[in-house]
Amino acid sequence: MTARILPAIDRDNEAFWTWGGEGRLAIHRCADCRYYVHPPVPFCPQCEGRDVAAQAVSGRGRIVSFTVNHKAWVPGLSVPYVLALVALDEQEDVRIACNIVDCAPEEVAFGMPVEVLFEPAEDLWVPLFRPVRP
Amino acid sequence: MTRLAENDTAITGVGMSDVARGAAKSALALTVDACVEAIADAGLTRAEIDGIATWPGERADGSGFSPVGCAAVQDALRLEVGWYAGGGEAPGQYGAVFNAVGAIAAGLCRNVLIFRTMYEATARKTSYANSLLRQGQRQAGAFAWYAPYYTYAAALQQALFFNLYVHKSGITPEQVGQIAVNQRRNAALNPKAIYKTPITLDDYLASPIIATPLRLYDCDVPIDGAAAIILSRMDVARTLRNPPIRIEAIGSSMRYRNSWTQLDALDTQAQPRVAEMLWSRTDLRPADVDIAQLYDGFSFHTINWLENFGFCERYGAKDFIEGGHRIALDGDLPVNTGGGALSAGRLHAYGAVHEACTQLWGRAGARQVKGDPHVCATSTSGGPLAGAMLLVRD
Repeated sequence: MTARILPAIDRDNEAFWTWGGEGRLAIHRCADCRYYVHPPVPFCPQCEGRDVAAQAVSGRGRIVSFTVNHKAWVPGLSVPYVLALVALDEQEDVRIACNIVDCAPEEVAFGMPVEVLFEPAEDLWVPLFRPVRP
Repeated sequence: MTRLAENDTAITGVGMSDVARGAAKSALALTVDACVEAIADAGLTRAEIDGIATWPGERADGSGFSPVGCAAVQDALRLEVGWYAGGGEAPGQYGAVFNAVGAIAAGLCRNVLIFRTMYEATARKTSYANSLLRQGQRQAGAFAWYAPYYTYAAALQQALFFNLYVHKSGITPEQVGQIAVNQRRNAALNPKAIYKTPITLDDYLASPIIATPLRLYDCDVPIDGAAAIILSRMDVARTLRNPPIRIEAIGSSMRYRNSWTQLDALDTQAQPRVAEMLWSRTDLRPADVDIAQLYDGFSFHTINWLENFGFCERYGAKDFIEGGHRIALDGDLPVNTGGGALSAGRLHAYGAVHEACTQLWGRAGARQVKGDPHVCATSTSGGPLAGAMLLVRD
């Protein structure tokens, strides 16, 4: 597969893209009111708290929506693949764009329970999701 | 109703360059063609243009998305202006118009030249400009949340939203296809359209899947071209040659999370709150609208706007467009009468406003909507971006 385009890392998004090395998905959370703030910013829009920092979450969620891409946008791109938005179990308005892997594209469904896994890429760990198998 | 700034402005002239899948002219030359035509159409001279606006401003990145900005046009035409602005952080593509309304209300200018230039057809022949991503470079900014996941085009992000809309509304491919079929039928009557050969529903259903649920014929067509309009202060507009096309109301709100991942209502995108604002600024109602030029970067945007403007109920667009009769040139609400971006070419909502004025001035020739239309709804979109205008010729 073509190499992933990796994100530029800053102080706010570093935990999200690196904690996967320890198998943990990092989402910022307000220490005062416990609201998850994503994309990460050290300000809580609920209580205006400033003590907002990365915290490990369950890594479980469900597929809010998805698309099966069939077009080879660049030479060498393997298709089809699935781009999805996953809402975390902890809080519905924390949504993460991702690829759904370990699953045939035609089996991906709305509301499907998924869990995180991480793919190493250079100095980062890219969160991906796969179906929760019983 | 309180006096609104947009009510003191009117579109007084329009212009459009040749539109092609590979132009014989530069992007700046096409822009000059459109601008000079619009100035002359308004009955103005270059010396009377005292403002310039564009969206999203010059992007010299080789993509052809916006190769010409205010400065290049100002110098090419040697304009002397009191105000100018070109920038992408605005309520969709009509942000340039809304900025011009504000500048006129502020007394900074009286006749604003507003333009949009695309050179994507040529760009795609000379580079991989159809990819938003640059291999080997790290992605900064909001798009970094999508970039690692092979999100090469806005089509993929939009497909996420449209697929949820399909899931919730139950719309069928046969119903969706009516948008593309209707617009191609209209394009056959538009001499400037890119694709004029009619297509059938079977052609639509046989077109390749790009990213579910998007088929090729759901996507607009990259072109080289430019469109321009003149927005004038109303007292000036009343002295010019064309009947003023008033801006009755605008929708420019951002009362939702402006994010391609956290957008509140993924299936309706940003449109509902924008339409709500528009209708709060006018006594007109959806039933008063004669024609609609609805954003069609993808056919689903048009479908979304039919509901969000209130022309039909939530998830009722599938019934509204069933069979295509209501949205046809002789239907209850003719939609995208010049073929839209799907068939006439991606002038990115400025083709739509050009067509709106062409119809409202009765200049549309073989595709002219009968009954002397005088109210047009028009809109822009794209994920968390949306803007809307209601245009009226008295």
